Amino acid sequence: MNRHAKILEYALSSLLRRKYKNLGLVVVFSLVIAILSSVLFFTDSLRSEATAMLAAAPQLVVQRLSGGRHDLIPLAYGEKIRRIPGVGKVVPRYWGYYYDYLTRGNYTLLAVDQDRPDLQLLEGSLPTAVGECAIGEGVARAGMIGLGGYLVLADGRGQYAALKIRGIFSASSNLLTNDLVVMTREQLLQIFSQPADLATDLAVQVYNEAETALIAKKIKLLLPDARPITRGELIRTYEAVFNWRSGMVLTMFLGALVAFCILAWEKAAGLSAGEGREIGILKAIGWETGDILELKFWEGMAISLTSFLTGLLIGYVHVFFLGAVLLAPAIKGWSVIFPRFALNPDVSLYQILVMLVLTVVPYTACTIVPSWKAAITDPDIVMRG
Amino acid sequence: MKHKIFSGIIALELILLAVLLIIGKTALQPEEAEITSRKNLVSALMLTDFSVWTEAHYTRHPSQTDLFTPFQDFPAAIEHFPAGSIIAPGRSGTATRLEFRRQYPSP
Repeated sequence: MNRHAKILEYALSSLLRRKYKNLGLVVVFSLVIAILSSVLFFTDSLRSEATAMLAAAPQLVVQRLSGGRHDLIPLAYGEKIRRIPGVGKVVPRYWGYYYDYLTRGNYTLLAVDQDRPDLQLLEGSLPTAVGECAIGEGVARAGMIGLGGYLVLADGRGQYAALKIRGIFSASSNLLTNDLVVMTREQLLQIFSQPADLATDLAVQVYNEAETALIAKKIKLLLPDARPITRGELIRTYEAVFNWRSGMVLTMFLGALVAFCILAWEKAAGLSAGEGREIGILKAIGWETGDILELKFWEGMAISLTSFLTGLLIGYVHVFFLGAVLLAPAIKGWSVIFPRFALNPDVSLYQILVMLVLTVVPYTACTIVPSWKAAITDPDIVMRG
Repeated sequence: MKHKIFSGIIALELILLAVLLIIGKTALQPEEAEITSRKNLVSALMLTDFSVWTEAHYTRHPSQTDLFTPFQDFPAAIEHFPAGSIIAPGRSGTATRLEFRRQYPSP
């Protein structure tokens, strides 16, 4: 133990002799790991949130396609679907998009039907009559309006409807409700100039969860222009979406990672004349090849482990305490109404180990291999260069 | 002496990381009632997607769209599908042009 401590002591002294170079390396290494870990923490948290929340989504959503696009679905389709054995309720959903010229934001308009549940995450209440609405926090912020105020929307005939705000969804539901404008069905049909016998899509209840895929297949056979989307597909989509998102952001930072690799390779692979001479002298005064390898191992470990832990700490604080401020512009895209949401940490040991293997191990290996080559060469040759 | 300082720094970072992970698993997690409320909301409003990207309908409701949907709308739109990052946007230009010409030579 004493011997290892002494070699570590020597390795640290050796690093401190080139302190500015090594300090620069630690800073760059830490930043790269901070960026990588931020992306991983951010996307994994969103993915786990999606899996948890969308477990309560409709079991089956049936759309109608026309000309390759999602089209309005006749309510008569619902009657046909209801007759399939194993199908429970078929509820038409009414929703659509609205571009607001004033705020330049896109809202999602959604209708609530007969039964209006008591929602804990809503300050105020859901609309009960035409001329009322409940809005998400993002809509309230963009329009600078509050409870009791009015939201003005233009309908399909160019008429303006002033909707009294009866409720605002709380900030903790931002991830789900930020751009929502909830209103009655009559109001929504009026704004979209939509015929009463057409819905946006249908939410289908399946008695036996295991039969969902089979029912979806039957719907497709019965109504060839329909497209059923199961809850499982919904969750899988989110897993894929956050993968691509993280992929896109990772691509953006790939340049930084490659730059770091070049730096590490230059530092580790090509021993400087000074370092070569140092190895030669150590060999000449009696150090074994194993001792030199251990010395180089500790040098690599000191830099990579310090940087890894520092980067991980920065990444964690950045995502879960500072709301991923540096990633937001990349993730936000062109969205005018973008939610402010707090992410729930969902960090697994697996993620940390993967990052450790991808960063610390290659760096340490890069440090040891050239030193091993120098250490097995005759000290005289090494010292002469 | 230096090795003790180094070990101390590594130990300190490990402790800090462990504390952060414990805080993340406990204090930063939403309460059970909060999770139930959010699920009730999803169930009551029959929501299918997160309200994160409102820029286009295929980013607002990714689960409700086809894979080719982004290209039906606007080729320059930023979206999450891989080909969108590779295909370059078309040349932008004005839709209409208004020209003013002098009818008679100026004196």
